[in-house]
Amino acid sequence: MAEVVRLTNLTTGGPVHVEVQNGKILRIVPLELDESDGPSWTIEARGRAFTPPRRTTLSPFTVAHKSTIYSPKRILTPLKRVDFDPKGERNIRSRGVSGYEPISWDEALDIVADEIVRAHRELGPAAILTSPGSHHLWGILGYRTSAYYRFMNLVGFTYGEHNPDSWEGWHWGGMHMWGFSHRLGIPEQYDLLEDGLQNTEMIVFWSADPECTGGGIYTAFESTPRRYWFKELGVKMVFIDPYFNHTAGLFSDKWFAPRLGTDVAFGLAIAYTWLTEGTYDKAYVASRTLGFDEWKDYVLGVSDGLPKTPQWAEDECGVPAREIRALAREWAAKKTMLAAGGKGGFGGACRSATGNEWARTMIALSAMQGLGKPGRNIWSTTQGAPCDATFWFPGYNEGGISSDSNTLNGFRLASRLWPDGGLPGNPQHSTEGQTVSRLLIPEAMMHERLKWRGKGFCGSSIESQFQKYEYPAPGYSHVGMYYKYGGSFIGTMTETNRYVRAYREGKIPFVVNQSIWFEGEARFADIILPACTNFERWDIGEWACPTGAGASASDACNHRLIVLQKKCIEPLGESKSDYEIFSLLAGRLGIGDIYTEGGHTELQWVKRLFHASDLPTRISWEAFEKKGYYMVPVPPDRKRTPALRWFAEDRERDTPDLGPKPWEAVGLKGLQTASGKIEFVASSLQRFEQSGAEDPERPAMGPQYMPSWEGHRTEELVTKYPLQLVTPHPRFSFHTMGEGKGSWSDDIKDHRMLVGDHHYWILRLNTRDAEARDIQQGDLIRAFNDRGEVILAAQITERVFPGTVHCYESVADYIPLGEPGHSPDTAGCINILTPKRFVTPTSTGMAPNSCLIQVEKWEEPS
Amino acid sequence: MKKWNLVIDLARCHDCNDCFLADKDEFVGNDFLPYSAAQPWSGQRWIDIQRKERGQHPIIQVCYLPKPCMHCDDPPCMKKAPRGAIYKREDGLVIIDPVKAKGRPELVDACPYGAVWWNEEAQVAQKCTGCAHLIDAGWTETRCSQVCPTGAIKFYLASDEEMAEIVAAEGLEAYKSELGTKPRVLYKNLYRWESVFVAASVACKDTDECAEGAVLSAIRGGIKAGEGAANNYGEVVVDRLTPGDGYEVTITMDGYKPFTAVVNLDESLNLGLVLLEKV
Repeated sequence: MAEVVRLTNLTTGGPVHVEVQNGKILRIVPLELDESDGPSWTIEARGRAFTPPRRTTLSPFTVAHKSTIYSPKRILTPLKRVDFDPKGERNIRSRGVSGYEPISWDEALDIVADEIVRAHRELGPAAILTSPGSHHLWGILGYRTSAYYRFMNLVGFTYGEHNPDSWEGWHWGGMHMWGFSHRLGIPEQYDLLEDGLQNTEMIVFWSADPECTGGGIYTAFESTPRRYWFKELGVKMVFIDPYFNHTAGLFSDKWFAPRLGTDVAFGLAIAYTWLTEGTYDKAYVASRTLGFDEWKDYVLGVSDGLPKTPQWAEDECGVPAREIRALAREWAAKKTMLAAGGKGGFGGACRSATGNEWARTMIALSAMQGLGKPGRNIWSTTQGAPCDATFWFPGYNEGGISSDSNTLNGFRLASRLWPDGGLPGNPQHSTEGQTVSRLLIPEAMMHERLKWRGKGFCGSSIESQFQKYEYPAPGYSHVGMYYKYGGSFIGTMTETNRYVRAYREGKIPFVVNQSIWFEGEARFADIILPACTNFERWDIGEWACPTGAGASASDACNHRLIVLQKKCIEPLGESKSDYEIFSLLAGRLGIGDIYTEGGHTELQWVKRLFHASDLPTRISWEAFEKKGYYMVPVPPDRKRTPALRWFAEDRERDTPDLGPKPWEAVGLKGLQTASGKIEFVASSLQRFEQSGAEDPERPAMGPQYMPSWEGHRTEELVTKYPLQLVTPHPRFSFHTMGEGKGSWSDDIKDHRMLVGDHHYWILRLNTRDAEARDIQQGDLIRAFNDRGEVILAAQITERVFPGTVHCYESVADYIPLGEPGHSPDTAGCINILTPKRFVTPTSTGMAPNSCLIQVEKWEEPS
Repeated sequence: MKKWNLVIDLARCHDCNDCFLADKDEFVGNDFLPYSAAQPWSGQRWIDIQRKERGQHPIIQVCYLPKPCMHCDDPPCMKKAPRGAIYKREDGLVIIDPVKAKGRPELVDACPYGAVWWNEEAQVAQKCTGCAHLIDAGWTETRCSQVCPTGAIKFYLASDEEMAEIVAAEGLEAYKSELGTKPRVLYKNLYRWESVFVAASVACKDTDECAEGAVLSAIRGGIKAGEGAANNYGEVVVDRLTPGDGYEVTITMDGYKPFTAVVNLDESLNLGLVLLEKV
């Protein structure tokens, strides 16, 4: 039998050992730690010592990674649409319908290079529109912020700027209450595991399902043992979610299911109970917050004549008033952690019309109970494990080999990689250049004139999200080419028939898609360049750590691991690594040497990245290469700095966070808000109003309850479309990773359902709603509204209550029954139905969880 | 001698499917002779996760039962197979010989647990091998136990005597024990799959407050089958009841008139809101 070689790699769902035999992957297992790695940490709390299991965990899509590497949907040669002739008739109306023919790499690269030159010569700078999916396969060399940005900066581009699609409300709303722009509106989490184990008596999971979404993000099931520890300590766990989620399934002591979009009413009634029963931290509110009295008058109804009583909230959210009071009383009596969203931040409730005010509600309730004091914080059990934050390794936000300053806080890597200076920044990819919100890409492809505020992730300051943008930017042309990286937006953005129609009915003469799999938007390209996975190339990365806006996020893992991502197998077919594809294109454009910096191979870059980091202070390259990873141990004498304790105690910040910056605070004390306090009347929103801006959905005083612009109070629409749709991030896949592709996730019963010969996406509805529509378990159904229609399989369940239906978002493919963009989709792109409207007029984020639909039985046309 | 045992805790399974997918990673496309021919890309479930919902909104539980080959000590499949086509190893693992068992689709029906699958292309019945080839190579985990994030699946290489102690200490049971096949896969908290609960949200009508401390009793045939007290949300769940008809449920609280109902508990039942009236 041929020798089995054991190699290492790293994924968005955890670190792995890969066993390879005869040039083929035999098996993929969780990366196994050994005795030579440093000790695991121990937390002492309430007379017990807690040490994590000495192993790593994997998300389902990583366990099944072999099936996406060897997927039947892999693209194995460059492809050209059969009726696309770059020198003749381009037939762009047949995108998505016509088939493809294999062509040589030379031909494909020549066509793409010629089109780049054409666009530049005809339209000037930034003529290429481009956007990748939210996440790339792991590794700081191959990540989209690295190899891709390096190339795009060199050729010039209009970036389809990403919206903060997992934490919209924290970004556009929460940030005005407590700052944290350096974290895009979500809070620091340092040392909260130890704080929680020592002090916390109850955890309220509000719109949080860490057993489902990779422990918040990227971290598989690392936090699962912690929740068992809390259970063993008798800590009560309460869940607030329209769906009886999977974390609740293991740990729930009580489940509340408010009607979608009414969480704010629920929260205000809790505050009302505390105010009227005097059970909140009055001293904290007096010294650590601003504008509380004005907000208190609003909650009590003094200012608007409408007291936000539990009875009032019951009418809105459906939760009995007495249960709201019971929760308020238990919360006030116990030291409580608010697990708001899976990551402490995040949560489906923030991706809705009421998302801004929900995030503010989470902060308001926490403030009323002494946010930052022992055992009381916003923390979801997923981060804040003991970690050595002094040891530095760059995450993908530091830009890898791009030296791009737009990748948020790329503050250390570039100067270490290039002490004499890296590539000059391209002003096109800056506030001075041309950009398009990802949510407006279809309209840009239609060559509409567009206006919005905020350039995607607004990390540089609170005020940066007020900045006005327009497309085309002054002095720029409309885009004349689309370089799409991957195939995801039809499944992941909003009202996504737009994205389909833009290809066929828009004004983009050339589309190239660089993709690993033949799926989704790749089916709409003129030329397809086949990329390979991270198991087929060299890379390096740290588990779960983006750095920058995701600073110190590796403290979500029980063991901090930096992994050499070894090339395990040769690229399948004729596929190539992204870096190689860009190198070849750069060569044709006369900038090959600049792109590769004199011919660097990927392994040479990986070594440079290793040497730029702190790794050489601990391990030699040779030893690292042999072992394949380094575990960063936690020093036993490490100083504890629980998140926001400094704020609660009005001290200088002692956490290793990247902000507030010196100019954003006074004397290193206080939050980033102008007052340095938690602001119930947001000074930044007041200044915004004073500058002449109008956005009644984004009031300076808050949180306020404003019924959703698409919800149970929009009566005309409810009559037509009576079901409220919730579309959480998927459980078994990650965005479109591990989804579709003919991969093994197709066989997971709760992921897709096999009906006939097609694996349909699942919509979950309550027994009574199913009965009313004569829908049986496993029936095919048509979900629809004015925006489109999707064919799904029905799962009848009590996990959702009547009137609400549940369907995960982010399928990978798009398979229309008829004309693309105008007919039912059978792949399960539920986002075809979700509204394109922004969270609020000036909050350029998506609100997919404010969506009304109808569902009916569907018979396949014979 | 040390034998193969698998223990599955139903209170800890939440259907993440890591076990199901790790099994596919190991066996799809890989032959491990003499124990197994490759599993097809799609369609077979060597560990089959079954789902059952208990109760009704807003008091529910969801129970999952991962079901691999039970590696019975008295395996019905072996009796129906020609000599040597299915055999039992000394360590307890039941193996379908992929060569000798060829062309016998009837073996699929020989398993009362439905744990045997038919490979149409290879013309062979196949199933979970207990990772026999890995155990032979010195592994101390099966692929499914190795990836289980909640500790729901635990692998024990233990003597029968050692295992008997674990069975007693952990309260382990055989799934469908009435079959009498002596499985080597045992379950903890099997009651979640096999028994039912009755639940209610209890409130006091006069105060409109949750009736913390109200007591729910379930009586059947004059015998008290279970009892529980409502929590601070007024919720009470009485579990581990034998499925069936004719349960008399009473809810009592000092100073309030008792509530009584006769209910069918073929399935778990949430009575919903029960409002207690002042005496």
